Amino acid sequence: MPGMPGVDAVTQRARELIPPEGVITDVARLRTYECDGLSHYRVVPALVVIPEDAAQLAGVVGACAEHGVPFVARGSGTGLSGGALPHAEGVLVVTSKMRTITAVRPDDQRAVVEPGVINLDVTRAATPHGYYYAPDPSSQQICSIGGNVAENSGGAHCLKYGFTTNHVLGAEFVSPQGDVVQLGGIAPDTPGYDLLGAVVGSEGTLGIVTSATVRLVRLPEEVRTILVGFASTDQAGAAVSAIIAAGIVPAAIEMMDALAIEAAEAAVHCNYPDGAGAVLVIELDGAAVEVAAEYDEVERLCNDNGAFEQRLATDPADRALIWKGRKSAFAAVGRISPDYIVQDGVIPRTALPEVLKAIAELSGTSGVRVANVFHAGDGNLHPLVLFDESKDGEAEAAEEVSGAILDLCIEHGGSITGEHGVGMDKARYMPRMYDEADLDTMQLVRCAFDPDGISNPGKVFPTPRLCGEVPGRHKGAHPLQEAGLAEVF
Amino acid sequence: MTDLGETGAIVDFGAPVEGGAFDEHRPPDAALVGDCVHCGFCLPTCPTYILWGEEMDSPRGRIYLMKEGLEGAPMTDAMVSHWDACLGCMACVTACPSGVQYDTLIEQTRAQVERHHDRSAGDRALRGLIFALFPHPKRLRLLRGPLRLLQRTGLDRAMRRTGLLDRMAPQLAAMERLAPRLGRPEPLPELIPATGERRATIGLLTGCVQSAFFPGVNSATARVLRAEGCDVVVPPAQGCCGALSVHNGREAEAQGFARRLVDSFEDRGVEWIVVNAAGCGSTMKEYAELLADEPAYADRARAFADRVRDVSEILDELGPVAPRHPLEMTIAYHDACHLAHAQGVRAEPRRLLEAIPGLELREIAEGEICCGSAGIYNVLNPEPARELGDRKAANIVATGAQLLVTANPGCLMQVASAIDRSGHPMGMAHTVEVLDASITGRPAATLMP
Repeated sequence: MPGMPGVDAVTQRARELIPPEGVITDVARLRTYECDGLSHYRVVPALVVIPEDAAQLAGVVGACAEHGVPFVARGSGTGLSGGALPHAEGVLVVTSKMRTITAVRPDDQRAVVEPGVINLDVTRAATPHGYYYAPDPSSQQICSIGGNVAENSGGAHCLKYGFTTNHVLGAEFVSPQGDVVQLGGIAPDTPGYDLLGAVVGSEGTLGIVTSATVRLVRLPEEVRTILVGFASTDQAGAAVSAIIAAGIVPAAIEMMDALAIEAAEAAVHCNYPDGAGAVLVIELDGAAVEVAAEYDEVERLCNDNGAFEQRLATDPADRALIWKGRKSAFAAVGRISPDYIVQDGVIPRTALPEVLKAIAELSGTSGVRVANVFHAGDGNLHPLVLFDESKDGEAEAAEEVSGAILDLCIEHGGSITGEHGVGMDKARYMPRMYDEADLDTMQLVRCAFDPDGISNPGKVFPTPRLCGEVPGRHKGAHPLQEAGLAEVF
Repeated sequence: MTDLGETGAIVDFGAPVEGGAFDEHRPPDAALVGDCVHCGFCLPTCPTYILWGEEMDSPRGRIYLMKEGLEGAPMTDAMVSHWDACLGCMACVTACPSGVQYDTLIEQTRAQVERHHDRSAGDRALRGLIFALFPHPKRLRLLRGPLRLLQRTGLDRAMRRTGLLDRMAPQLAAMERLAPRLGRPEPLPELIPATGERRATIGLLTGCVQSAFFPGVNSATARVLRAEGCDVVVPPAQGCCGALSVHNGREAEAQGFARRLVDSFEDRGVEWIVVNAAGCGSTMKEYAELLADEPAYADRARAFADRVRDVSEILDELGPVAPRHPLEMTIAYHDACHLAHAQGVRAEPRRLLEAIPGLELREIAEGEICCGSAGIYNVLNPEPARELGDRKAANIVATGAQLLVTANPGCLMQVASAIDRSGHPMGMAHTVEVLDASITGRPAATLMP
């Protein structure tokens, strides 16, 4: 690219390291990488590289470090916070050709996988041995393990089994200097600072994971999936609280409201109960006797809270259909609205009825429709804010409602993201959750890994800072701005 | 940084921008392009994404390239190479939760490519040869003589061993390898009356490749339909349905074939038009769209399309009257993309097969992934087709089944050639051939090689 000597040098190095089809400079091709799953943020990268192994990847990152060129990692490009949004003068490092499952070791319940391996493929490889990989984002059929590690992805079953961070035991990691290092290990705990813990969920700002050792979980003896219809989200919310209060930890409790049900029905004909104002998808798993006992209790608690229909999946196909309705809900909303924002916020579960009511009021006063899909068990909301971009002012109104929902979450002691990450989209909301000292402390961690600020710059933090700079006030243009490496939003 | 903070769908425009890749005659529909929300759920079912892991060779990426073209980007060789690499298997249409009509989009795009893209002389010649041959049953039948001679003398295998053709013309070599072992021609009479009480009157499409290379499938179809109480009408000179032309952007040619087929089945008193080749059936069900702009044909094409059924659909709907004899065998059923993804026909053939006493049906892993046949794709793009074929063959062999059953001549040829390479020989048959064996009481061994 003209006028970008650093990028030219990295391109040249990449061509020496990577087969020709893995070095993309043609503008039509580059543009297909300009956005991830959050498609309204778009930046054409200066260069796309698709390495085939860790050595090639580390070589490219090393060249970036040498020439001060920013780089951004991308897996399958399904992220919903713009975390893999490219840098206009940087390199997009795509891991989609690094998709070897290096080892499946049922004996010590581990698998070793490259970052481009698709989440569901880990489970597919482990199932014949009686195991599976527990974190299951709704995009599990396509999202990559590398992206999961970067975003500390969750999913419906995280209520019982925990997030990605609870399932990654070790990683091979390329530092922003291009060094290949090992973090964590096979042992359950490693002494010293938990650097692996820092890397999981760091959204690509500390480096790139090139191999992950993940935990495999034994397939449960029995699984029961129940679809429950309620007249309102209030009733469904009360049922959720009652179930948790009874000491039952289901594998998952998911809620969808009427609008989300309508979308899912249109998309995958999941046959949810007619006329439901809310449905719960409840999954119980474990030893057969335990599941049977819990099932009776859950059934009773749902009835007590006004359930008008309860349906137990009778075979795997039935169960798959129930889950299909839930897992395709985001994209399915495309059927009932030309455009939408997927919000991701967390609240304490007990605040559910109150927050849902407030969201309904927001929707009523603004005229912006909001569909609700969420992991009810752990209070992770996914309001889908619907709009039509071709109509004047609708996008702005939707954006406003979406921001107000996050304020609601913070007011109720929650968080601005449960599992999608901060990325590009929510960097500006970070100061609403953290004060300056908190953000400065995080920045210091980042500087320890990436003093030159080249690893996914502009994400997570609202204001880019140079390492070594005194936190707090500063005068004039920021040095990173002056260097043309960043902008203040 | 550019475009930051911009909100909205990935497409926000109407007609194609002048100077861009597309003209105004049926450009890829901007509204359909706009339906894509960029979720990526299509990626894991796309054969080329599975092979190469590159965004441009995924449905999402190809739609993005269409969007670029609509926004004013010129049609470049790079763009065309990614659209050309699409198999048109439509697995992405099945996978898409947002209901994006990629099938329509890629057809619209391909017609534009044929109008605006300068193909190399070699590519043009190969395509010219294919379209001078495949959509013409009579010419294909002429080819049978020399082919049978090659096969009977063993010259074909000798030629393959030299690898000469592979080096000189890999696409021609691919074509030669795909040719099935030919049996005797089995011409059908114009009317085959129902056995017993008549339950339906059916017009049968005999097809091009089907009639030339798999005449046994057509006669089996006629026998099964007759046994199930159908009068079978076989209009002479019906010609090609135009599927290959539609799938390769040859719109005018396809419309010509479609008009002739509509003519030849009209006034024959048939309630249904039955097809035993998945690719043909899926195109014929879309005649209404293909001929929408032709006043003399639009309504007739719609009426025609409404009556088109795959043979498994009609047999499933009618229900069996002819008794089934047991077939003690295990079979693996392969979903042809144009039956499963394009027509949504998955349960019917399985129900028909499972109803045969003694027969055990096994599912093939990665069943939704294309075998690499994809019409003439395996001739135009032998390398990826071969990789996909090998992948499919491995999954089929892993079922341990004795017989592979599918409902499309292209798949049969592709899979047969891949299974042959794998060194695990097994029988191959069309769904109706299995039903025919069961109804007529022929032993399972007659279906085996």
